[in-house]
Amino acid sequence: MPVIETKNLTYTYGEGTPFCKTAVENVNISIEKGEFIGVIGHTGSGKSTFIQQLNGLLKPTKGQVLLNGKDIWEEPKKIRDVRFKVGMVFQYPEHQLFEETVIKDISFGPGNMGLDSEEIKRRACAAADFVGLKEELLSKSPFELSGGEKRRVAIAGVIAMDPDVLILDEPTAGLDPRGRDVLLSQIVSYHKVRHNTVLLVSHSMEDIARTADKVLVMNSGHVKMFDSTEKVFARDRELEEIGLRVPEITKIMSVLKNKGYPVDTVLTVEEAIKQLLPILGKGGKKHG
Amino acid sequence: MVRDITLGQYFPGKSFIHRLDARVKILLTFVYIVFIFIASNFQGLLTMTALVFTVLLLSGVPIKQYFKSLKAILFVIIFTSVLNLFYGSGQVVWQWGFMQITTGGISNAIFITIRIVSLILFSSVLTFTTSPTDLTDALERIMKPLKVFHIKVHEIAMMMTIALRFVPTLLEETDKIMSAQKARGADLESGGLMQRVKALIPILIPLFVSSFRRAYDLAMAMECRCYHGGEGRTKMKILHATGRDAVAVFATFIVCSAVVWCSLYFPAALR
Repeated sequence: MPVIETKNLTYTYGEGTPFCKTAVENVNISIEKGEFIGVIGHTGSGKSTFIQQLNGLLKPTKGQVLLNGKDIWEEPKKIRDVRFKVGMVFQYPEHQLFEETVIKDISFGPGNMGLDSEEIKRRACAAADFVGLKEELLSKSPFELSGGEKRRVAIAGVIAMDPDVLILDEPTAGLDPRGRDVLLSQIVSYHKVRHNTVLLVSHSMEDIARTADKVLVMNSGHVKMFDSTEKVFARDRELEEIGLRVPEITKIMSVLKNKGYPVDTVLTVEEAIKQLLPILGKGGKKHG
Repeated sequence: MVRDITLGQYFPGKSFIHRLDARVKILLTFVYIVFIFIASNFQGLLTMTALVFTVLLLSGVPIKQYFKSLKAILFVIIFTSVLNLFYGSGQVVWQWGFMQITTGGISNAIFITIRIVSLILFSSVLTFTTSPTDLTDALERIMKPLKVFHIKVHEIAMMMTIALRFVPTLLEETDKIMSAQKARGADLESGGLMQRVKALIPILIPLFVSSFRRAYDLAMAMECRCYHGGEGRTKMKILHATGRDAVAVFATFIVCSAVVWCSLYFPAALR
């Protein structure tokens, strides 16, 4: 059974006013448990509106969101329970920090779940560990930390709720290259250890290519593609048409393929090297 | 949601009222407010009401919008008129214990209601037909003489402009922070008063932090563009008073004279 399924999901802003705008229209997808899904689409394609409906922050104008087979709006009073199961990390999440100490801020989510203090502490420490926060930082004020550290605290605050589905909206925006790499690999290893479902929204095709099993492409409120990462990035022409692109290395290899070299769609530099070395080796022999 | 609150009330347009000099509009609104309190009887008051409705029609803003602005203060209107019902002399119409309604009370209640409604409608015309920038610009110009008393007029006007500019930004920010905390299970809707106040902390603290950050960034950006206060600063749009403004001033003058004449000639209405 899919962990999240949407049926004819439609969301219209300002319905009934002259300014109404349909941001998401007729989205039908199903996400299996344990999948790592990349969500791409240019600005204004309806990504944010779509993901905010998955945890009940926005109520669909039409259609349904099923979580483990159950409509999340069946009992509107229990929508908070849905938000604990579908954790959401917003863009620039460091702006939401408010507690006196880092550990207290991470504990805010689990605290709202009504767990006992032992369990809250255990979860908060585990979450801090996942995002690589050093123990001595935990008793500091979150406002004393660096930008990257603040971001980790905010992400840990959502991970600490131990959600079945974790949604991250551009978690690496504004971080330096090293910070990006570290944060992404932490998210991947978190996904491997907990076996939960992750949705990663990103504008960096490289990030998506490195992490996701499947890619959801959104364009003007519709689902344009939803397939395995290789298959989606093999359609580079179509992606460029809607203002997106494929990772640089994928592009290079696709150009080579079109020129008749025996290579396949690749997503990372490592894969490309594996395919290119034998060809270069042969070439080297010929000329050598 | 928070975003639904309308604050920018300006309705762009090209009507006679829109094209009046903002300074003239502010001064005339002030004059109107003074004279609505000078009008002491129904004759004078109705003259003022006639003026306000003429201006409403001239402004070209949908009348519905004006009534929306009345709705916001409906409670104040009802409260004052009900209170006034019980004051005043004259024939007793209704009595229950120590409370009694007299004919004078009823007339007072009607009088006060018309007064408040006209007042609100006239000031709505000002905010509906003048853009916030023009408004602060005009205020700066009007308050210029206060410099003699070492009041920093330009700085005050600049602060008002910036404050108005950041209202929508902060509303958007509040919305975002609320969503983020709700996603962490913050419960903003239920619980008693104390619990609700406590539930605001996770929203207010990030909001304060971000306001300070924005203020700091804006100060930097202004300094980068060599802002150094009002001294020697020129304006791109200079306010001009024209013949149109003379007409408006003259019309108001006639109405006000009529009100003064009414209050001398007819007896006062409030008893």
